[in-house]
Amino acid sequence: MAAATTLHIGSALADRYESNPATRESPWVKWTIIGISLAFFTLFLLLPLLTVFYEALRKGWDVYLNALVEPDALSAIKLTLIAAVIAVPLNLIFGIAAAWAIAKFEFPGKSFLITLIDLPFSVSPVVAGLIYVLVFGRNGWIGPWFIEHDMKIVFAVPGIVLATIFVTFPFVARELIPLMEAQGRDEEEAATVLGASGWRTFWHVTLPNIKWGLIYGIILCNARAMGEFGAVSVVSGHIRGETNTMPLHIEIVYSEYKFAAAFAVASLLAILALLTLVIKTFVEWRAAQASRQDVES
Amino acid sequence: MSSRNALPGFNLSLGYTLTWLSLIVLIPLAAVFIKTAELTLEQFWGAVSSPRVVASYKLSFGASLAAAAINTVFGMLLAWSLVRYNFPGKKIVDSLVDLPFALPTAVAGIALTALWAGNGWIGSIVESFGFKVAFTPVGVLLALVFIGLPFVVRTVQPVLEDLEFEIEEASTSLGASRWQTIRQVIFPTLYPALLTGFALAFARAVGEYGSVIFIAGNMPMVSEITPLMIITKLEQYDYRGATAIATVMLILSFILLITINSLQAWTAKRTGKKQ
Repeated sequence: MAAATTLHIGSALADRYESNPATRESPWVKWTIIGISLAFFTLFLLLPLLTVFYEALRKGWDVYLNALVEPDALSAIKLTLIAAVIAVPLNLIFGIAAAWAIAKFEFPGKSFLITLIDLPFSVSPVVAGLIYVLVFGRNGWIGPWFIEHDMKIVFAVPGIVLATIFVTFPFVARELIPLMEAQGRDEEEAATVLGASGWRTFWHVTLPNIKWGLIYGIILCNARAMGEFGAVSVVSGHIRGETNTMPLHIEIVYSEYKFAAAFAVASLLAILALLTLVIKTFVEWRAAQASRQDVES
Repeated sequence: MSSRNALPGFNLSLGYTLTWLSLIVLIPLAAVFIKTAELTLEQFWGAVSSPRVVASYKLSFGASLAAAAINTVFGMLLAWSLVRYNFPGKKIVDSLVDLPFALPTAVAGIALTALWAGNGWIGSIVESFGFKVAFTPVGVLLALVFIGLPFVVRTVQPVLEDLEFEIEEASTSLGASRWQTIRQVIFPTLYPALLTGFALAFARAVGEYGSVIFIAGNMPMVSEITPLMIITKLEQYDYRGATAIATVMLILSFILLITINSLQAWTAKRTGKKQ
């Protein structure tokens, strides 16, 4: 995944290549490549995105708004927010701790640890849900203990939160590790030598340097947390009004052939996705500016 | 680098990292293997090699490979366009490439279905030529192309941006044609990144569930993907069967993870950059 620090040199780099006869293609080659790329882009990205909003509003605003304020939709929205509000901060704390240990210190097994942190990215969401059923389910390892104490983990809200934490596990750490490694540790060491405590050093020296990457990690983590389907589907009991998140609600409404209502709720998540991309673009632009200032100063 | 590190917090941060990692990821994942170990070899083999499950492997594997291949070709062209050319709307295209990362899979699933179904914008055109896409294995392929698209673009793009301009100039001034330069100078540098992008897109596609199940039609032996088989077994309370298939998928994930890590190390070496 591209880090937030990727320098988008944008048009300047393309200008340079296009202005030199040695590094450019003939116009018809150029426009053929652009044409194929844009056709692919339109077919696979743009049209599906437009479909969401078209289908959502097809039956008019009344149907759209009604689909969003019906009790089941509202409770799904609420549960999605609850899961994100718990999962994102927990992964944020983990991400910062992991990045601090990995980026600022040398220890054996470091690259293996990074691989383990990445693990949730390569596990199928369905398997991610299954593992919590195996641990907390009726026949699971510690499931019976929880049932005895009248606590439901899987097929209930705690299971949904756990599955959400799992699938969004690496996001913040993944963004921060390369950033903090690039930063080195000279500034922090200077602060510590001058008598600053560990927390002070982190707040005043490290944090300002990584804030854009951190913000990007959080919003990406949040987008995935609110949109997770497969893992949550396995651990949710699919109880309407109780254990349905927004994506699960979409599935149920869709399977009842209420397409406009399904797309109405889907459009909220699509807006969230677009917002995420806008913030990402802004963060990259800020990071590019900051590194340009570094070069100039 | 000095051997002594003056910074505080190593024990705390590493300890927290390892604890949280174990609780959320490692111990639950271990549950799959331990549960599988409780099965006899025959039970395990019976669960993972029933005809319906084998058909799902073929579809999941085949469609994921094809989707990753399609993404490698078109993703490279898209990355090339974004780095090398200026055209109207380029900034928007660049930002939207990440849409499959940010758009929930269920939303992508119903959108693709609506688009390619018989009464959809594209589906109606395609069906007038006698092809059916939605609710067939081709639909599975389309969904997997969608979710894998950013991987190739975002792996190749930074490598293209970091290519040295002067090398291409030198190649041309030494008499190479543009095509020769691209094939013999640029492509060898891109090759590891392309393979990495391919592997990332493939790994994502094999495990994908949400965007696929809406468009697949989910007909046994025809358009069922492997993750769906796990769900089906769970719905029948066949936890053993589900766990056995999950073991197969997890082992594949580990192999892919190791492959991708080595490919990334190779890319870094080839482009002369630290990861």
